[in-house]
Amino acid sequence: MALLQISEPGLSTAPHEHRLAVGIDLGTTNSLVATVRNGISVVLNDEHGMPLLPSVVRYLDEGETVVGYAAQVQASEDPHNTLISVKRFMGRGLSDIPDASSMPYQFVDAPGMVQLKTVAGVKSPVEVSAEILKTLKARAEHALGGELTGAVITVPAYFDDAQRQATKDAAKLAGLTVLRLLNEPTAAAIAYGLDNASEGIYAVYDLGGGTFDISILKLTKGVFEVLATNGDSALGGDDFDRRIYCWLLEKAVLHTVGDHDKAMLMAKAREAKEHLTDHPTVQITAMLSNGQLIDYNLSEDKFNELTAGLVNKTLNPCRKALRDAGLAASEVKGVVMVGGSTRMPRIQAAVGEFFGQTPLTNLDPDKVVALGAAIQANVLAGNKREGDWLLLDVVPLSLGLETMGGLVEKIVPRNSTLPIARAQDFTTYKDGQTAMSIHVLQGERELVADCRSLARFDLRGIPPMVAGAARIRVTFQVDADGLLSVSARETGTGIEAHIEVKPSYGLSDDEITRMLRESIDHARDDVDARQLAEFKVDAQRLVDATRAALDEDGEVLLDAPERDEIVGLVGALEATLAGMDQSAIKRATEALNQGTVEFAARRMDAGVKRALAGHRIEEIGFDS
Amino acid sequence: MPDFNQDHFSLFGLTPAFALDGEALDKAYRDLQAEFHPDRFAHAGDAEQRQSVQWSTRINEAYQTLKSPFTRADYLLQMQGIHAMDAGNTAMPAAFLMQQMEWREALMAAVSGSDYDGLQALEASTKAEAKHLLEALGAQLDDHKDYGAAAETLRKYRFLEKFLADIDNAYEELD
Repeated sequence: MALLQISEPGLSTAPHEHRLAVGIDLGTTNSLVATVRNGISVVLNDEHGMPLLPSVVRYLDEGETVVGYAAQVQASEDPHNTLISVKRFMGRGLSDIPDASSMPYQFVDAPGMVQLKTVAGVKSPVEVSAEILKTLKARAEHALGGELTGAVITVPAYFDDAQRQATKDAAKLAGLTVLRLLNEPTAAAIAYGLDNASEGIYAVYDLGGGTFDISILKLTKGVFEVLATNGDSALGGDDFDRRIYCWLLEKAVLHTVGDHDKAMLMAKAREAKEHLTDHPTVQITAMLSNGQLIDYNLSEDKFNELTAGLVNKTLNPCRKALRDAGLAASEVKGVVMVGGSTRMPRIQAAVGEFFGQTPLTNLDPDKVVALGAAIQANVLAGNKREGDWLLLDVVPLSLGLETMGGLVEKIVPRNSTLPIARAQDFTTYKDGQTAMSIHVLQGERELVADCRSLARFDLRGIPPMVAGAARIRVTFQVDADGLLSVSARETGTGIEAHIEVKPSYGLSDDEITRMLRESIDHARDDVDARQLAEFKVDAQRLVDATRAALDEDGEVLLDAPERDEIVGLVGALEATLAGMDQSAIKRATEALNQGTVEFAARRMDAGVKRALAGHRIEEIGFDS
Repeated sequence: MPDFNQDHFSLFGLTPAFALDGEALDKAYRDLQAEFHPDRFAHAGDAEQRQSVQWSTRINEAYQTLKSPFTRADYLLQMQGIHAMDAGNTAMPAAFLMQQMEWREALMAAVSGSDYDGLQALEASTKAEAKHLLEALGAQLDDHKDYGAAAETLRKYRFLEKFLADIDNAYEELD
């Protein structure tokens, strides 16, 4: 009989266990999932060998959903219930969508974010995005053969707080643990920079299906530092399709067409655009539902003329980003092209002319973001202990508060390196004023009306004083995901009124639970089982992290009773993991979290001292 | 808890002075972030994650303060108990006020005449003056320890920085 193995107390049985982590590019037109396998970042294909998942969700009346290619081919058949490019609606109100009336969807104006009426009920863009993420999650878990530890989800660098929060909510709803929201151009820079061991100033020009970003990065050994970012979160390849579509309507002297024809002509327009990438002309032929034949020839020159305005619209952000970075175009060493729309020859020519050099197109512009996200996910999940690199990203748009007269006082300037906290003092306007309305805004303009409203909340309980005597300190904290939280307190008298807000468009945890329950009901799954699984994954993560910390620093930083206490808490949590008692796991997790606060602080302290003493923990390299 | 209260210079192992070894600052900054950035703790427990956000924020704040000559000088003066930028401290010599008005008029003329070259010339002369002020600031802070004079130079410099931002905005108007 073989002897049973028993590991040393406090040591994980599988110290170098590979955690399953993925990078997800949640695109306007297409989405992808990638992972690092044997040190190499690879895109995970579907069962038919296709790497892309069209970001299309069709709702059926039984509450079932169809996602991807299967939904895409049904778009013109069932335009109301087949939702395309839903990323454009993330964190957006109805008034933010300029061409809403020309879309086949039935929009429902809801506070904070627009919703869409489908045969399966009213759906928020967050729920629709969650369907796409669920599909990718299932693909990844099937391919990797296990439950994911976490995911890095990419977002356009120019996404504001509302759009970021919506994306994170969608991931939560899909049952994903978000390791980080990563800016798409930054993800591309990782994939490119590591591949080419690049050093110097690089620009990433990222024109996707519905969003445009330009990021200027400084790449030095092991550090990716974003110097400035700019863009347009409502400009992309879709707009080029729309120009062709409008031209077709004009040629055919059509003022309006039905939703079915519209979806069909938009699809034709997209095909035509793609055809023009390597052909001088394209023949567009279609039969409308009334029998009218559409048959026109579109030349590359005509297409360039139709879309010249769109191309120029991308160059202005490039200028602004360079100016913010304090650089001239000539100082840029390379321009990395990202996003399927950069395949258009006219775009490559315009970008080449602007930066005075041929753009780098040796990467697959559809895949590079997902590949970079996977590389970062692998690091964040803790699979690489040595040789990590450092990513320093920025907040894309200034954050501020409304002051008297409808003006915005900027508190966090755009392009500040994350994470950042900034505090500013305000005072009362009237004698005896006991409450203050705080309105949080994002944008570069001076007037409230021209900026995006993120949240409003009231600070109450200010002690009555003469006007101008109270001191209200408002603190903005932007975390590494680029997400904002705001707190305010009255400091003048020492009386504190303190409030934490999450911006109002964000879904509350209750709403997420409700949506989760609804979607799970449809999938005939069990909400408790899922939550239990999530608690277990989180708890296991904590157990592993604490063990690793004990191995590293437990002897030095803790005395024996302290160490025993933490080991005891780890053991207690582990014991609950064997069972099915959700609340026991939750309690034990919380106990361990609480019990390691002091240890964490000491580790930080020791780390600072080490770093200051010049003893770097590792030399930076790129092997994995 | 570690001592968060040490000054920004000490955090990076630097001696407080206006003259600064930019490369040493950059290196110390990256070394600290390499250890404390939230990305290093994405797989750690909640307590460590929260700590790392605080630390990383603190490191960023210190770095940004020291990196810009304006905030660095202001910070050095604050270390001496001088709040040069307080609302009450607006004293400015008459000659400089006159100079301000001339610059503003030149800016308005360039914008209204869509004079790109004029704007560039104005930007160049403003930058030259700003550079001159920084040199003066260095001497006043580091060599002469004349903090009163430094505070006045800093206020002048502040005007130039704002004015350069206005020139930037003017470029955008011309674009």
